Amino acid sequence: MKPYRSPHFRTPLKAPTGILGFDEITGGGLPRNRTTLLLGGPGSGKTVFALQFLVHGARQCKEPGIFVAFEESAKRIVANAEGFGWKLSALRRKKLYFMDAQPLCDMVQSGSFDLSGMLAALGAQTKAMGARRIVFDALDVVLALLPDTATKRREVYRLHEWLLERELSGLITAKAGGDEASTISSHQFGFMQFMVDCAVILNHGVVMGVSQRNLRVQKYRGTSFDENESPFLIGTSGLEVDATRTTNRVHASVSSERVSSGVKRLDTMLGGGYYRGASVLITGFPGTAKTTLGGAFAEAACRRGERTLFVSFDSDKNEVVRDLASVGIQLARFVKNGRLRLASARTITGSAEMYLGRIKTLATEHKARCLVIDPMSTWSKSGSDSNGHSVTERLTDWSKANGITLVCTSLLDEMSGGKDGVSTMQLSTLADTWIQLSYLLQAGERNRGLSIIKSRGTAHSNQVRELILSDAGVTLADTYSAGGEVLMGTLRWEKEGAERVATEVTEVAGKLKRVRLDAEEAELGVRVKSLQVELQAKQVEKALLARTTEIHKGELSQGRTRMDELRGADVAAAGSTP
Amino acid sequence: MSRHAKKFKFRLYVAGDAQNSAQAIANLTALCRAYLRDRHDIELVNVFREPKRALADGILMTPTLVKLSPSPAPTRIVGTLSQRQPLLQALGLEALAP
Repeated sequence: MKPYRSPHFRTPLKAPTGILGFDEITGGGLPRNRTTLLLGGPGSGKTVFALQFLVHGARQCKEPGIFVAFEESAKRIVANAEGFGWKLSALRRKKLYFMDAQPLCDMVQSGSFDLSGMLAALGAQTKAMGARRIVFDALDVVLALLPDTATKRREVYRLHEWLLERELSGLITAKAGGDEASTISSHQFGFMQFMVDCAVILNHGVVMGVSQRNLRVQKYRGTSFDENESPFLIGTSGLEVDATRTTNRVHASVSSERVSSGVKRLDTMLGGGYYRGASVLITGFPGTAKTTLGGAFAEAACRRGERTLFVSFDSDKNEVVRDLASVGIQLARFVKNGRLRLASARTITGSAEMYLGRIKTLATEHKARCLVIDPMSTWSKSGSDSNGHSVTERLTDWSKANGITLVCTSLLDEMSGGKDGVSTMQLSTLADTWIQLSYLLQAGERNRGLSIIKSRGTAHSNQVRELILSDAGVTLADTYSAGGEVLMGTLRWEKEGAERVATEVTEVAGKLKRVRLDAEEAELGVRVKSLQVELQAKQVEKALLARTTEIHKGELSQGRTRMDELRGADVAAAGSTP
Repeated sequence: MSRHAKKFKFRLYVAGDAQNSAQAIANLTALCRAYLRDRHDIELVNVFREPKRALADGILMTPTLVKLSPSPAPTRIVGTLSQRQPLLQALGLEALAP
């Protein structure tokens, strides 16, 4: 027996919108063959959202669509959308139909009426072009013509039924006053929010003088979704939603490869450098050489041949090049050959989201592997702190997911004193490596100190080092601890001097001793030699003695034999008588 | 009077035999009988049967009454046409009303 499978599961359940980030929040897009309600205040991006949904369907999903324009004329909508590069005029022939449905202003009402006419007309058009998606833009305009709530409700249900019957993926947009849209009961579209399968709310507000847009999926039947508000912006190719963290993003590549920080001795302190893809935070007061460290990293990256993006919030890009050249960091040639891209972000105004969006776009365009942001604390000035924090979080997530090594500097405000958390926008907890730069006041001097507060997954030096800037570059000096204090500047120099003298004395003493030992050695050598000669002489003498004795003996025996011969003694007698 | 001699041309878009459409037809014929005897022409368009025409003519609501002539500009009136006074005003017939 074949297991029963509902035909429901064979078709994909979601209709992708093509909106960056939105499909991630909802796990694939809007509900297919169902109705979605899109609420938002004036200028919140409803029409762009709706149009993008249709354009994506027509271009990527082979799903032709119909746009019913109740408020703006189709002509104006097409003209307004021209900037997004969607090539609407090419699509309009077959895949995208615009229906002008603005109620005429001179229309006279007399008695009750309904939307059957429009639905009949749309039904014919749907059939003719095989439309799968339909958008009713600003349904509130037409509902406003209806005399009472009961009629409005009846017409909305009629529309809903009509959509379900034709299995169209419908998107209805309606005006709602920003945040108030969240409170259903006070709202004339309350019943619609209950009726539809998915409701999305767009907000456009101003927080501390900075415009901020965000989007929230209020309900989505039969699926899990990100329930939080997600900031979005209207970019060059439509809406871009910043999804914070979704399951798709877990695949951030974790690398154990090290990349140089650009300062050799800092690499040693870090046990080889930063990790590739890590987020590095450099904090410090004004003038503690944060930018210089960032620049050193950028230069090292360019030397390795990696494409790098340097975003400066403080200075103009030419100023950055000039200033860094004064400490031996030469960026000009990398800018010239295109490996390094400098961007001055002073020109970007807007919310932290806007900054994030711009930086992401720039980095993607440049195919950057290394990214320097100097300083990041500027963000906290635009909008609320919590917002800045969430942007920082998304930036680190994003750079990790793309394997981009991120170096951020952050200004500590001297005035705010201990409130580090605010100015670093809590990046310190997110960062993999946190380097703190500070001034040390000692013996009437200000010296730059560098210490590594944390570095995940790396053994790192616990010492405070002195950071020295010169026209030859950036380096770290050895420090001398004396009486529990690290010596820097002149004190260090004095200590170094004293140590130098001491070393010299020791060296001379050593030399002297060596000479003496050499002499003794030589003397002993001579003695050994003379003794050896003496030994030889003795040996010769001994050999001579032995020889003389032998000769003497031989002669003696010979002499005896001779004597025997001469005496004529016989051999036998001689043998028997010894 | 020459003005009265002009012929009125109407087109009424209806949604099949929906109740409000039937009412509109009844109200329009009653009105014509009362004020425009023998000088009117009513064309009925059923949007369910001719949806393409409704689309081309931009008909959103049913029932919709369009006065095609005499000019000026064609007038559109939506609804069951049950309120006679505004209807006569819209059609330029208020002079005929009692």
